[in-house]
Amino acid sequence: MVRQTFPWHVVFFLAPAVLIYSLFSALPLIDTLHLGFYTSDDAGLNHFTGLSNFRTILFDQTWSTAFWNAMWNNTKFFMIHMLLQNPIGLLLASLFSLKGLKWARTYRTLIFLPTLLSVVIIGFVWQLILSPLWGVGEKLMGYVGMADSFAPWLGQPSTALLSVALISVWQYIGIPMMLIYAALLAIPEEILDAAHAEGASGLRVFWEIKLPLIWPTLGLVTILTFVANFNAFDLIYSIKGALAGPNYATDILGTFFYRTFFGYQSQIGSPTMGAAVATMMFLVILIGVGIYFFFVQRKLTRYEL
Amino acid sequence: MARSLLRPFGRAGVHLALGGYTLIALFPIALILINSVKSRSAIFDNPLALPTPDTFSLIGFHKVLANSNFLLYFGNSLFVTLTSLVLIILFGAMAAWGLSEYKFRGNRWLALYLAIGIMIPIRLGTVSILELIVKLHMVNTLSALVLVYTAQGLPLAVMILSEFVRQVPKELKDAARCDGVGEIKIFFQVILPLIRPAIATVAVFTMIPAWNDLWFPLILAPSDQTKTVTLGVQQFIGQYVTDWNSVLAALSLAVIPVLVLYVIFSRQLIRGLTSGAVK
Repeated sequence: MVRQTFPWHVVFFLAPAVLIYSLFSALPLIDTLHLGFYTSDDAGLNHFTGLSNFRTILFDQTWSTAFWNAMWNNTKFFMIHMLLQNPIGLLLASLFSLKGLKWARTYRTLIFLPTLLSVVIIGFVWQLILSPLWGVGEKLMGYVGMADSFAPWLGQPSTALLSVALISVWQYIGIPMMLIYAALLAIPEEILDAAHAEGASGLRVFWEIKLPLIWPTLGLVTILTFVANFNAFDLIYSIKGALAGPNYATDILGTFFYRTFFGYQSQIGSPTMGAAVATMMFLVILIGVGIYFFFVQRKLTRYEL
Repeated sequence: MARSLLRPFGRAGVHLALGGYTLIALFPIALILINSVKSRSAIFDNPLALPTPDTFSLIGFHKVLANSNFLLYFGNSLFVTLTSLVLIILFGAMAAWGLSEYKFRGNRWLALYLAIGIMIPIRLGTVSILELIVKLHMVNTLSALVLVYTAQGLPLAVMILSEFVRQVPKELKDAARCDGVGEIKIFFQVILPLIRPAIATVAVFTMIPAWNDLWFPLILAPSDQTKTVTLGVQQFIGQYVTDWNSVLAALSLAVIPVLVLYVIFSRQLIRGLTSGAVK
């Protein structure tokens, strides 16, 4: 439609969304990235200091140890999700999307339930189960004759991060499962029927037809997991507190950011240092998203139907 | 024709795997619910037993309701998530319609600008969001949370709703325009009612993260009057950590409403989730 007058209606349609999004999401993000280059004095005034905050985070002994510890823990946290959450999600989705399977909807509905609940609730639930005080975990392991191998996993530095990651996997498995399930549903029936008619086994159909067709979804699941993991906070804060103990064994970028911004114990919080940490997190996520868009997605779209 | 993976032996294996995992998924939640209605000694003596008339006790629930404003927190969460959802759907649909229906300069850039919010978490801007909320005198208000969650949910909502808006038949719009109906009226009377099926999908992707969020309530609205359920339970348990009856009851109170809603809406929710994901 060609209109001569200024298209006020277009402005009317776009203004609310663009305003709220800009004011409370886009501009604060840009402002945070900007604030990372400043430092505030005792009077609360900000002074430009160039890259000095980043130099502190990366090269000052105390800061860099904490930062790289959080970064490394976060990487392990992500790898555990990639090794367990997504493959198990794929397995479950492929099983209950099999044609003619009874109770498929019931399985799907029930397995998705934990994903709906708050991370905080889930964190406490598992904390109780793993608590040596209550002894449920020990009792359960006793049924399979392994009561002796029970240990306070959440409290030991060597196992705390793995335990927290497994709790997170247990909770969020529903997301990859559902995304993959949706992708499997979208595969045209004729292709599968043709393969079966040719006598291909179920396993072969999975490896040679289904899996290549859902690569784009697996790529999407990977990047969503990456962004969610490198932005995680709630679970560790509710189980281990802002100090991410024992001895920072479960510290990830989210908890490190929170402590830097708000302070803890003797250290005073600093918005500008917090902004610098947020900038580092932004860069990590940007690199991940960049790799996804420029390499993974471009390569994968070829397989799309 | 025999489906090779569903031969009797294979079928049993499939059920074993799925049933086994279902048990793993449900056991922790069931354990909490069962023990929340037991007396303290029964919780410790036999955590895996169902409550009997002897061990049944609602003391935990009495304590939680007496020592915390649980109903208020629940109301706060409900208000924040529902208001955000309404704003996200209304403003998101308007923007989706504006972007996909009208050609104007910068259209694609604006769409890209909004899409960035899908991938970059809003949390990274927290330092400046808090500064802004302080400047607006909105610390410890539910409106602050509503605005942040609306900003957080809009990018994905615009993307999902654009798919729906594009499917509206051209004839429908042209017919309205021939009758001389204004663009704004067309949107509210023709388009908005047509996107109803998309509401489930948008709701899944915006309400669940908002309801469960701990970060923004903790930072923007931690006062007792504005606490959400997630924050309220988190702090309550922190305080009463040694009182197992209270802790279990608080967890159950947080879980039960979600459970009830899930029983009612699970079909719509899963349909919304899968249809949103295919697009």
